[in-house]
Amino acid sequence: MAGTGAGYDLSVTTFSPDGRVFQVEYAGKAVENSGTTLAICCKDGVVFAAEKFLLSKMLVPGTAKRIFPVHRRAGMSIAGMVADARQIVSRARSEATQYFNAYCEEMPSELLAERLGLFMHAYTLYWSVRPFGCTALLGCVDQETKKPSLFCIEPNGMVYKYQATAEGKGKQAAKTEIEKVLANNPELTCEQALMLVAKIIHKVHDEKDKDFELEISWICPASNYEHAQVPAKQRKAAEAEAKRILEAEQEDD
Amino acid sequence: MAPGQYSTDPKQHTLSPIVTGATVIGMKYKDGVILAADTLASYGSEARYKDVCRLKKVGEYTLLGGGGELSDFQYLSDQLDEMADEDWLNEDGCFMGPKEYSSYIGRVMYNRRSKFNPLYNQFVVVGKKKDEPAHLMYVDHQGTAFEENFVATGFGMHLGIPLLRNSWRADMSLDEAKALATKCLEVCFYRDCRAYCKIHIGVCNGTSVDISAPIPLNHFWGHGAWTEKRLEDDDPTATW
Repeated sequence: MAGTGAGYDLSVTTFSPDGRVFQVEYAGKAVENSGTTLAICCKDGVVFAAEKFLLSKMLVPGTAKRIFPVHRRAGMSIAGMVADARQIVSRARSEATQYFNAYCEEMPSELLAERLGLFMHAYTLYWSVRPFGCTALLGCVDQETKKPSLFCIEPNGMVYKYQATAEGKGKQAAKTEIEKVLANNPELTCEQALMLVAKIIHKVHDEKDKDFELEISWICPASNYEHAQVPAKQRKAAEAEAKRILEAEQEDD
Repeated sequence: MAPGQYSTDPKQHTLSPIVTGATVIGMKYKDGVILAADTLASYGSEARYKDVCRLKKVGEYTLLGGGGELSDFQYLSDQLDEMADEDWLNEDGCFMGPKEYSSYIGRVMYNRRSKFNPLYNQFVVVGKKKDEPAHLMYVDHQGTAFEENFVATGFGMHLGIPLLRNSWRADMSLDEAKALATKCLEVCFYRDCRAYCKIHIGVCNGTSVDISAPIPLNHFWGHGAWTEKRLEDDDPTATW
């Protein structure tokens, strides 16, 4: 795997003969090797989930989060280097707050996503810095229309708008599962999505990897249209139900 | 700057207020604390903006009542909203309460006055954070800050405090407290030229902070002293 850059991969300011910037692609590798994270725009809000690897049994549960609130109705879940991501979260928070201070209105999600795209892209232009080793899934709910939206901002600065998406190790499998879920439940609500999302994360979790903690949060009527971690009781119930269904499915196979 | 040079910076110091609010009354009651203020913002002696809410919910547990310069009250309200948002971003299930906010406001006010650029207000910061005891603090444009069981600002200090001293008890019910605050503001309306006959009452009871809809005050002008003719009929210079 190493050495395919053949000297064109030493700095982010170098193109390869076939038009690739290897350093940016390598940043993407950090994302691909991280725990799975996914986000879904449901009918009444956005649900985020992350497979948080537990590096030690001594870790206090609920810490070392991968999903961050950005503003009252905006949250961000991270795939890749979470330490890098803190800069992006911090920037997103500043952007949203400053926009509100200037215009007395919550920042439109597509504008926030665009700003973050520009921010992450800027770090791919200069020799003196390195690209961010993380992808951000930015989910927002509009304050007035209550319409959910989801954006994926990659290390290269590209911004994609999604109905639902996944990043990290199990992203392909997760995306397939999400497509199935949305095909079967086009009017999926956040409450209904809880169990399905828990099921997807547990399903795509590789047994060879470390144990993980499911981190799940939402912006929906149940949280008063504010970004909030799903209450522990509901999360545990969703996980238990998901595990039960997965075991039943495995027995069927 | 060199002698003879004039500053071209705009004057930034609010040393004389322009649009002002009058009295704010605060008092603790059995289960929490209430705040009351009228809905008037005066432009000097003109009763200009008659539907202003001078009470503001801050964070989850706190109410801020502002007398004095309205723009400074609005400015501080916006700053406190931003602080509350940052507090919320921590996602730690722990929010700043009235003790924290009133301490912060006290420091801001004192530091501003020390720079000769005061926020020209008299604030009452009240609140009750869950099971903690109710909190009531007076903070003003000089940076004076103290805690009490009941306070009033402006004319309320002279007209309302005596009534509060007579009638306030620590175990007052909410209705009793509201009635007492209403009475004080009624007296203020009669005797303070910058007061008004419509008020808001805000209640902090540990679980929620609610600001009421505007409440009209009763006021009576049919006193004999006002309506009786006192002077002789054939005195041409008499007006009443």
